[in-house]
Amino acid sequence: MTAIDVAAVKRDFPILERKVNGKRLVYLDSAASAQKPLAVLDAMDDSYRRHYANIHRGVYTIAEEATAAFEAARRNVARFVNAPRAEEIVFTRNATESINLVAYSWARANLRAGDAIVLSHMEHHANIVPWQMLAAERGVELRWIPMTSDFGLDLSDLDALLDGARLLAVTAMSNVLGTINDIRPLAHAAHSHDALILVDACQYVPHVATDVQHWDADFVAFSAHKLCGPTGIGALWSRFELLDAMPPFLGGGEMIRDVRLDGFTTNDVPWKFEAGTPAIVEAIGFGAALDYLRALGMDAVRAHEVSLTRYALEALRDRFGRSLTIYGPADVDRRGGAVSFLFDGIHAHDVSQVLDEDAVCVRAGHHCAKPLMRRLGVPATTRASFYLYNDEADVDALIEALAKAQKFFAV
Amino acid sequence: MAGLEDLYREIILDHYRSPRNRGELPVPPAHKVEGFNPLCGDEVVLYVDVDPQSDTVRDVKIAGQGCSISQASTSMMSAAVKGRPVVEVRKLIRAFKALMSIHESKLEGDDDGETDGSDLAADLDGVRLGDLEALQGVVKFPVRIKCATLAWNTLQQALDETARTQA
Repeated sequence: MTAIDVAAVKRDFPILERKVNGKRLVYLDSAASAQKPLAVLDAMDDSYRRHYANIHRGVYTIAEEATAAFEAARRNVARFVNAPRAEEIVFTRNATESINLVAYSWARANLRAGDAIVLSHMEHHANIVPWQMLAAERGVELRWIPMTSDFGLDLSDLDALLDGARLLAVTAMSNVLGTINDIRPLAHAAHSHDALILVDACQYVPHVATDVQHWDADFVAFSAHKLCGPTGIGALWSRFELLDAMPPFLGGGEMIRDVRLDGFTTNDVPWKFEAGTPAIVEAIGFGAALDYLRALGMDAVRAHEVSLTRYALEALRDRFGRSLTIYGPADVDRRGGAVSFLFDGIHAHDVSQVLDEDAVCVRAGHHCAKPLMRRLGVPATTRASFYLYNDEADVDALIEALAKAQKFFAV
Repeated sequence: MAGLEDLYREIILDHYRSPRNRGELPVPPAHKVEGFNPLCGDEVVLYVDVDPQSDTVRDVKIAGQGCSISQASTSMMSAAVKGRPVVEVRKLIRAFKALMSIHESKLEGDDDGETDGSDLAADLDGVRLGDLEALQGVVKFPVRIKCATLAWNTLQQALDETARTQA
């Protein structure tokens, strides 16, 4: 494994050359969305300039080129998460839509009143609200895996929670805490209760080598924009038999085989779930982002983030001590690079505002995880999140800017 | 380019550090209303006691938590409306919201968003904002406008609900 050369990686991202308020841009909000390398921008630009046409059915050269590139991107995504078949990758708009697809298609066809779905306290709203909507509509019961004091899942009552459950839907990496959840044993627990498991892998896939077969998962949702790809495209992976048995999600072009006045028949998996003209160029950009990450090596990406997160946690503690409370595991092997904290009684919005003066971009708020914020007993946190283009100088800039905020709001 | 000192004027930081009128009032006669900013989790709790005879805000107390702008705006609002006739308070609410939106629209057309205050005065219907004008810097930071207006929208809701109860 070759270690990541961060200086070289930084040069791959044009936006990192930008200055804000006369300062070097320090982008620490990759958990919200990652920046894009030139390779992705070029691939999309080239697609629009030279190979653009609507895909499938066109018999002319550029339509065939566009179709080939789109389907190559699907194979690329499949390979990236070690899916057995490319047809098992459904392109969606984002991870949220991937989860909604399962909720609308699989769950509404298979769940009845009294069935249970098990979620956890650390889910993003995207993996809560679709199930609440289903619960309200179908009388499905929602059950919750609580959290331990060290920000992990409290699995002591898992068997009881899974008793009578049809689905366990859980995040592989919390967008607030950074906690990595061990999916494989959760999948086995779900399966032993005849439940399926859906994994919200939106924060995980960009940062850790992902193997959906090793997980033994049933549904895995993720998006492109958090792994240096474009917005507007995400993916759902599921096993072919499951997808094949599921009813379609949205109706329209592409998802049909035949339409008569008295009805329609559906296309094959995965096109059955891809109604309308898809995000063609975004899919190509998605593939280019995966090529970029693969060339660096996901193990190297992970190693870099573990080392940088360790540096950040130690530096924050050394500089601010008890003035700064971190919400997330202290053990860097159990967590990703999202570091949420409360700082010296200063509201997250004010922290973030002062940091912006120094071009340090962090997120402030509830991070679309309000049940978790309530559980933590805080209205909002500041979150710095690291990715492959961040280095220790970025962490140092964060710390200097925090010291400035502390001085500014000193009582 | 708007600097931090445009946003965090000294008087705002003063109200943030030492909020006025914090506490609770017995309900009834006071009316209690909670306001939330769903974007950032800011929370404002208002206790508004309107004397039905004189139609005057007899007392106001505030609670809640949030960023310096939302909490300072709430504190400054409480100081500005206490003891004043409801009709004047409603005018003040309108004037404060105008202060926010006027600057917002000016920002789009202007490069620096600066105003000399004279044309603004006409739009404010003769209402004097006093210390509250310190909050006008907020409009240079559009995402923070909701923080500043939260208390005022909540107050409006409290007055509306009080009017319905007392009608």
